Amino acid sequence: MMPATETTSPPLRPSGAPPHAARGEEGPPPVRARRDIVPLLLVPALMLAALPLVGSPASWVTLSVAGLAMGLMIFVMASGLTLTFGLMDVLNFGHGAFIAVGAFVAASVMLAMGPWMGSDSLWLNLAAVAPAILAAMVLSGLLGWGFERVIVKPVYGQHLKQILVTMGGLIVAEQLLKVVWGPDQITLTRPPALRGAFIIGDVAIEKYRVLAVAVGLVVFVVMQLALGRTRIGLLVRAGVENSEMVEALGYRIGRVFVGVFVVGSALAGLGGALWALYQETVTAAIGAQVMVLIFIVIIIGGLGSVGGCFVGALLVGLVANYIGFLAPKVALGSNILLMALVLLWRPQGLYPVARR
Amino acid sequence: MLRALLSDNLPRSRWLAAVLIVIVLALALAPFLFPGAKSLNVAVKICVFIVLAASYDLLLGYTGIVSFAHTMFFGIGGYGVAIALARLAPDWGAVALGTGAGVLVAVVLAALIGLFSLRVRTIFFAMITLAVASAFAILASQLSGLTGGEDGLNYRVPEALRPAFRLVEGDVLGVAVNGRIMTYYLVFLVSLALVLAMMRVVSSPFGSVLMAIRENAFRAEAIGYRTVVYRTVASCIAAAAAAVAGALLALWLRHTGPDTTLSFDLMIDILLMVVIGGMGTMYGAVLGATLLILAQNYLQDAMAAASQAASGVPLVANLLHPDRWLLWLGLLFILCVYFFPTGIVGRLRAARGRG
Repeated sequence: MMPATETTSPPLRPSGAPPHAARGEEGPPPVRARRDIVPLLLVPALMLAALPLVGSPASWVTLSVAGLAMGLMIFVMASGLTLTFGLMDVLNFGHGAFIAVGAFVAASVMLAMGPWMGSDSLWLNLAAVAPAILAAMVLSGLLGWGFERVIVKPVYGQHLKQILVTMGGLIVAEQLLKVVWGPDQITLTRPPALRGAFIIGDVAIEKYRVLAVAVGLVVFVVMQLALGRTRIGLLVRAGVENSEMVEALGYRIGRVFVGVFVVGSALAGLGGALWALYQETVTAAIGAQVMVLIFIVIIIGGLGSVGGCFVGALLVGLVANYIGFLAPKVALGSNILLMALVLLWRPQGLYPVARR
Repeated sequence: MLRALLSDNLPRSRWLAAVLIVIVLALALAPFLFPGAKSLNVAVKICVFIVLAASYDLLLGYTGIVSFAHTMFFGIGGYGVAIALARLAPDWGAVALGTGAGVLVAVVLAALIGLFSLRVRTIFFAMITLAVASAFAILASQLSGLTGGEDGLNYRVPEALRPAFRLVEGDVLGVAVNGRIMTYYLVFLVSLALVLAMMRVVSSPFGSVLMAIRENAFRAEAIGYRTVVYRTVASCIAAAAAAVAGALLALWLRHTGPDTTLSFDLMIDILLMVVIGGMGTMYGAVLGATLLILAQNYLQDAMAAASQAASGVPLVANLLHPDRWLLWLGLLFILCVYFFPTGIVGRLRAARGRG
């Protein structure tokens, strides 16, 4: 259900399908965009550079996996935001609200499924986690739909008002969460099958991180496929380039936009559920906390670019974990420093979106 | 004389003028009109937040850029004074040094952030300030050796500002003129001067360029104004004013910590003040700050009473809980952005137009 409306991609994409594969049979042979892989190489370069600094290979592997897991979770949350920005030129400061709702809904469902969560069987655990995540996505998506209709729609094209209104939306949503779920934080325990770590030699890899990596990669691949190889992906990529022309050709671009907003919110809900399980606590401020990282990621990636968001998220996740290990005091500053360095190199982000 | 003081920027509405006069008079005579620790505290907060909101309005209302780092500059000013007073002797030299250093750091940081992000697109500015401000808040609580961490710093203020100090023997109008009242008047006068100075800035040719950039940045650039430079300078001025406001609050509280200066809730308060009062009018900041601080201190009591009354109905009682007051202000905020983008001041001025 997700891939159908999942959309957009920057003109330049780092990986996945070649950008014009889907258009093979339509129109003249496309001008091949030069693929820009330098930013993509940053990720392995960073990992290699960290190896001598960290010292022991075992902790390096653990840190790298932790970094990738964190990066991919951030990617899942940030992709929706960057999608809506690329398509609609809407920067939604209220995105954190969807993350928080996802986290709360998932937590409630999982707590309600107590016996299954507590059982030792992997399948029963997954049978409890899956509906929780699904419920989180559905409710976040619904909330996103309402948010788009009520809050964002009247201010299309006005950046200043968008920032203010979506910020107001975030405030109200956060307070409503406190009204419904109470002001205290909810503690959540991961099901037994997702606790603990795989031990290979002297390398320990937490099981939950493997799950997070898998989910993140699936989201990324599905998104790239939907963007590059489906008709609706084509339509929305065209919408990014020139929405008036797409309208003139008889497509209702407005509906595509709403669809993208809903999918983006649902992904935020998914990310929120994953993050809640990762942190094992849920508070109403969870959205606002993660938003800082998300903003750094989409600025690094280039506003509106899914590929850039992916690379940016991995970089942020890895840097946060390496620096957290090497020099814990400056961990959060390191992300700001990373952002400053990237912006010095490419002021528009790693993969600038050409239109603006 | 009055015209020159207000830089030709008159209220242009009889009601607005009346409300402003009441606010200024009430603040000027606060220690005598409303004696008592709590009300004096509220009056100081109103003064400080008027400066803070007015300087934020310079960015949001006049230049059309959104910053989420305003509390960071506020905090830099506060910590400047706090660290200077805690480390050096509690005298005026330390206060001047702390304020000066705070303002300098704030301006340099604002210039750096501005040049980094405003060069590309203003929407970057909103996000980058949010990121930098949260990093700064964490840094301030991490560097506990310098800032006192989560607990903050407690320090002694100069002799003349201490409660034991007496300006004159005996009472004046039934109130002992002690160091607290001296501090109050210091805060009040500096705040008044800052607000008037900012009114001067927005009425100057420089202010006109800022408004031109707000209305149409592309056109302003085409006419020959370097929008990056103007926006950055505006953000530096706002940062300097916020830092001084922080220093004032630090002198009053004799305590500086993350909660009083750096928390994101303060940022939201400032945003609410400016938008509800009226963007793009310095008077809006005055009205917004006064209303919000009064509401914060007195409305919550009313909400507590209402919540008590509705305690039988589960959800309603929660909605009216005094801690949920931001919910209602948030709704008011959204409605303001949609329907009254010029806020209370705009409504008052429009009412005059009709009448």
